[in-house]
Amino acid sequence: MKNEQTLPDKQQKKLGISRRGFLKTITGTAAGIGMSQVFNPALVSALEKALEHHPVLWIQGQGCTGCSVSLLNSVDPSIADVLLKVISLQFHPTIMASEGKTALENLYKIAEEYKGKFSLAVEGAIPMAAGGKYCIVGELDHKEITMADMVKDLGNKAGSVLAVGTCAAYGGIPAAEGNVTGATGVMKFFKYYGIKTPVVNIPGCPPHPDWIVGSIAHLLTKGLPELDSDGRPTIFFGENIHDNCPHLDEYDAGEMSEKLSDAKGCRMDLGCKGPDTYADCYKRKWNSGMNWCVDNAVCIGCVEPGFPDGSSPFYEPA
Amino acid sequence: MAGCKPQAAPVAAGKKIKVAIDPVTRIEGHLKVEVEVKDGVVVDARIFGGMYRGFEQILIGRDPRDASQITQRICGVCPTAHATASALALDDAFKVKLTKNGRIARNLILGANFLQSHILHFYHLAALDYVNGPDVAPFIPRYAKNDIRVPKDINDVAVGQYLEALEMRKICHEMVALLGGKMPHVQGIVVGGTTEIPTREALNAYAERFKIVKKFILEKYIPIVYLLAGPYGDLLKTGGGYQNCVAWGVFPMDDAGNTLLKRGVFTDGKDYAVDPALIKEFVKYSYFDDSTTGLNPSEGRTVPAPYKEGAYSFIKSPRYNGKPHQAGPLARMWVTNPELSKIGQEKLGVKKMRDIGDAAFSILGRHVARAEETAMVADAVEQWLAEAQPGKETFVPAPIPDSGEGLGLTEAPRGCLLHYIDIKDQKIANYQVTSATIWNANPMDDMGQRGPMEQALIGVPVPDPENPVNVGRLIRSFDP
Repeated sequence: MKNEQTLPDKQQKKLGISRRGFLKTITGTAAGIGMSQVFNPALVSALEKALEHHPVLWIQGQGCTGCSVSLLNSVDPSIADVLLKVISLQFHPTIMASEGKTALENLYKIAEEYKGKFSLAVEGAIPMAAGGKYCIVGELDHKEITMADMVKDLGNKAGSVLAVGTCAAYGGIPAAEGNVTGATGVMKFFKYYGIKTPVVNIPGCPPHPDWIVGSIAHLLTKGLPELDSDGRPTIFFGENIHDNCPHLDEYDAGEMSEKLSDAKGCRMDLGCKGPDTYADCYKRKWNSGMNWCVDNAVCIGCVEPGFPDGSSPFYEPA
Repeated sequence: MAGCKPQAAPVAAGKKIKVAIDPVTRIEGHLKVEVEVKDGVVVDARIFGGMYRGFEQILIGRDPRDASQITQRICGVCPTAHATASALALDDAFKVKLTKNGRIARNLILGANFLQSHILHFYHLAALDYVNGPDVAPFIPRYAKNDIRVPKDINDVAVGQYLEALEMRKICHEMVALLGGKMPHVQGIVVGGTTEIPTREALNAYAERFKIVKKFILEKYIPIVYLLAGPYGDLLKTGGGYQNCVAWGVFPMDDAGNTLLKRGVFTDGKDYAVDPALIKEFVKYSYFDDSTTGLNPSEGRTVPAPYKEGAYSFIKSPRYNGKPHQAGPLARMWVTNPELSKIGQEKLGVKKMRDIGDAAFSILGRHVARAEETAMVADAVEQWLAEAQPGKETFVPAPIPDSGEGLGLTEAPRGCLLHYIDIKDQKIANYQVTSATIWNANPMDDMGQRGPMEQALIGVPVPDPENPVNVGRLIRSFDP
């Protein structure tokens, strides 16, 4: 790694995949999804660029692993491609082979070698109460490392930070009313400690895999995507759910669902938070386009900074 | 690395050394393990639960219906199980009875995620303890000596299946989403049933996907688990721990509530019917206030005490009738004692789960039980698909009661799950969750008994303390 041979080059070499063949696969499959209309050229060059000096270190705080599990549902590119060819995922507690000291030493080694270049993905909130003790992420030299220690250290060294999921972006459920752990999102944490590394929020409980992969692609090709006032890429979080909802015509006609299993009607009376929520779920849909919350039940506003308190009670109109 | 250092030479006989792994990876959440090794085997063990979020406190004062949404966020691998447990507790408190189609739709949602979770666990969480991934991140670095015993051709097959399994678990999530809205974190499971009445098209789409997954389970997943029993046969003889099992039962097969995987407790060699009153949670070694120790979940309180002297875990220690019990596929299969799959009967030379005997309580035994259970759930999914009625109501509306209690007992893929709710003035007055990993990964209790995972570590071989491979294998066999 001292010479200029890049990590992903090594990956490709070891896997016996040519870059050209690989890029062809990706462009071919990416054309099939809505994201590609915006991202297709970007995605290709993102990959080329990602194949340079850009390891991703993914750390977890007070979360549920749901964001990582959602990432595994990525379709175009498939998660196998993401893992093996697109990004050099040097640290991920749920997926990586290593554990304990071996894993942590590698984490800090990569962070040092790629200082100012690597992307830090943060999943889960950062508890600040009780000296950070509510989330211990490992130990080195018999010393406990708290999530707060790790985010402070790596956040300063990273080139960019992806706050993956509503917990990492805004605190989410661990930061809801009643919590005692001082759970905090990355931006607020950085502000407190004066850390200047740019942060992209990718909220959602969990975020759609396209939002995660697409944001990484943008970051690598064009740099920081355009962000809204809540730090989210407008490309994914720029549209109002209700204004674009397939049930909008029914709303206009005053046809309202009366119970949760009604297939027809606007769900506003049942508590749908679509009018207060900005995300492209209505067109992207979930799990390879199978379904989405509003067609199934109601939107609970999981991408919004106030989630869950701002949209709770979930089944009462706002 | 270890191999170059003189310290890596065999440890002197009779000398105790401490080995810590922190973080334990390829699990859900944050765990640390510390073992004491003497003469090549573990003689003492401690499991540290390193995270607290405070769900039980956050729930207080909220609309009771919100619980099935909020509690799903406890675990992104098994949210459907938390949604189910919560909905069962709410069904109980709201006194609502499901329609037949509602019951079946819940089974189809939870069942698809059982398949997803077991496939994910074996291939993506556990398998790297038995085969080497490609020589790229995140599959490197690994232990310098990681005790991989399979020949290259089998290793290659396994890595191929690892990648294929990524696709399979994604397809399982598509099945969940067809009826549950999205996954992780479904919208579809609520008090009173499910929110989406299945259409013929949705059921067909589910069935089409299920066929692919079932083929993978039968032709790849189960065979490779038995294949590993060859080179890793010694792992059928270690890691048993307490042979006590708790299983709350899951997948109601009729309106009377008889479940596919049975409800039952197995303590000191005897079977018992479940009495929830016998569950008590202890906190002497947990970071919770001592005044809350020994309580049944129905009177449970959660008062964190992060600076408590002597404590070492954020996990409480639940005991059934005062004794530690393991939870999970092994516990369920032991309690249910079904016939094994054809290949299982062939490879093990026995007919039913309990015929496996002590070997079932082992590192590899847990993987065998999980694989066998996957086949069993897959068979049941086929039955539910045949029983599901397109267009028939799945939801029964019910008003929030002014007050009332509810208990939800079900199973997550990784073991038994209990949700308890107490409603006052139409708001949550108390909410308690006792999940599978709480049963397995807990610290010592007030009576001085180790937690099940701690106990199962005793006697596990660690011939090379620099590369404590078997410790991780043992922990992951529980799927924490």
